[in-house]
Amino acid sequence: MNIVVLVKQVPDSGADRNLRSDDNTVDRGSANNVINEMDEYAIEEALKIKEAHGGEVTILTMGPDRATESIRKALSMGPDKAVHVVDDALHGSCAVTTSKVLAAALGTLDADLVICGAESTDGRVQVMPHMIAERLGVAALTGARKLTVDGGTLTIERQTEEGYEVVTAATPAVVSVWDTINEPRYPSFKGIMAAKKKPVQTLSLGDLGVAPAEVGFEGATSAVLEHSKRPPRSGGAKVTDEGDGGVKLVEFLATEKFV
Amino acid sequence: MSEVLVVVEATREFGVKKVTLEMLTLARELGTPSAVVLGGTGAAEALSAKLGEYGAEKIYAAEGEEVDGYLVAPKATVLAELVRRVEPAAVLLASSQEGKEIAARLAIKLDNGILTDVVALDADGTATQVAFAGSAIVKSKVTRGLPLVTLRPNSVNPVPAAASPAVEQLAVSVGDTDKLAKVVNRVAEQKGSRPELTEASVVVSGGRGVGNADNFKLVEELADLLGGAVGASRAAVDSGFYPHQFQVGQTGKTVSPQLYIALGISGAIQHRAGMQTSKTIVAVNKDAEAPIFELADFGVVGDLFKVVPQAAEEIRKRK
Repeated sequence: MNIVVLVKQVPDSGADRNLRSDDNTVDRGSANNVINEMDEYAIEEALKIKEAHGGEVTILTMGPDRATESIRKALSMGPDKAVHVVDDALHGSCAVTTSKVLAAALGTLDADLVICGAESTDGRVQVMPHMIAERLGVAALTGARKLTVDGGTLTIERQTEEGYEVVTAATPAVVSVWDTINEPRYPSFKGIMAAKKKPVQTLSLGDLGVAPAEVGFEGATSAVLEHSKRPPRSGGAKVTDEGDGGVKLVEFLATEKFV
Repeated sequence: MSEVLVVVEATREFGVKKVTLEMLTLARELGTPSAVVLGGTGAAEALSAKLGEYGAEKIYAAEGEEVDGYLVAPKATVLAELVRRVEPAAVLLASSQEGKEIAARLAIKLDNGILTDVVALDADGTATQVAFAGSAIVKSKVTRGLPLVTLRPNSVNPVPAAASPAVEQLAVSVGDTDKLAKVVNRVAEQKGSRPELTEASVVVSGGRGVGNADNFKLVEELADLLGGAVGASRAAVDSGFYPHQFQVGQTGKTVSPQLYIALGISGAIQHRAGMQTSKTIVAVNKDAEAPIFELADFGVVGDLFKVVPQAAEEIRKRK
């Protein structure tokens, strides 16, 4: 099975993250840039399917030059190769235009299965799998906590508020996964060394037949007008339990009219 | 005034979800609210009284297996048809998994911008979003097409405004590409009668400090006494104490209740990301240095196995 995993480089959600003051985009320059955590689960799932059914795993990333670090890191887990869509004109792209570029790149890859994380930790927008599926006219099985492959039939357990749904589709399809689906492997030393030699193909907008005006700020379908830091919370009263901590807690709740 | 389409979010168990009432309330500021019910046969009939109570002037319904038996694509197709026909001033959906997914497909079909996790929307289409785990406030706007917005639960105070809507059944014509992902089973997992996590006005969450799955009864007891939902930190979920759908945090649900009580949760950034926009935060932790206390409006440094039962007893006394 020919599997493509979508990987996004994001600012580390464990550190301070900012938007740029000049153009309101994510400040990648000051951030520690890492693989979107949920994508590691997507990579793991792809590798497991390859190990069970054979095939090839390709990483697909759209992002600036520095996303190369994340691509190598992804490859060190075990995928075979990567495709990096990189073009200065992409800066400022919205979700709608990003999906256009990714769909165009997928058009060159002939994937049976596209796997991605259910959301990225930066935008948490959760729209990309369905946008891509809509553009490609293929099935989207999203929010999977379990994925079963039986020949060309895919079945997922989709986590919902009330429980889960069992959803099935034939390949080709886009599947998005939550972090409950597996436990991603750590790259081995051998994997890290091997990743340095794995092929990474770069594609420009020209290669994909997408005009610069269709993407970036010019092509964007939405705009950030302004942004500000939310004032940090400050801690309030803190008492040490001296046998009456529970009562004091409820007294506080009562002053706030919760009880 | 132009129509504003509100895509109804409801559950079989509880009917119309609170976020739908929030959207109807918001829609009244922007135009004339029309509710859109996309679901199984008879769905709109069951929901119409509640939708009318909160100001829906009209209800569009697309119902049946063709709509409900597949994953979101048919719903987006029906909705796109409706948008082309009525040319609404805005389209509002819930910022839930399904709401975002329908909106995603609608955006592509209409070549329209989309804004998710919106907490406020002005009449001129300017939306407010909270980004980066509640640390940044962003004002943004759709610049191509109409305002297509998903609203984060607990953003608007729902206010009733009686209307008596008629139900208009929409013709459903969905193509083969809408029927590629078939829902073969829906399985309800036991949750009891607690409110939905993202919509609850009170959330009581347990962390690693709760110790084991059995001890989560304490968390549940306090939640039930306060009429709240139960949440769990990632550490608690990863340790198997509580199911994943109740996880609050960067990888999990974002909640913004009136009251958030964190029990045995240290307050790692992973967790704070999902709850720090809560109105009032209370924490119980035995470690006085736990970062959760930096956020808490009221903190008790102590053993939760002593503090929580005592608090529960005190609430019972006051009832």
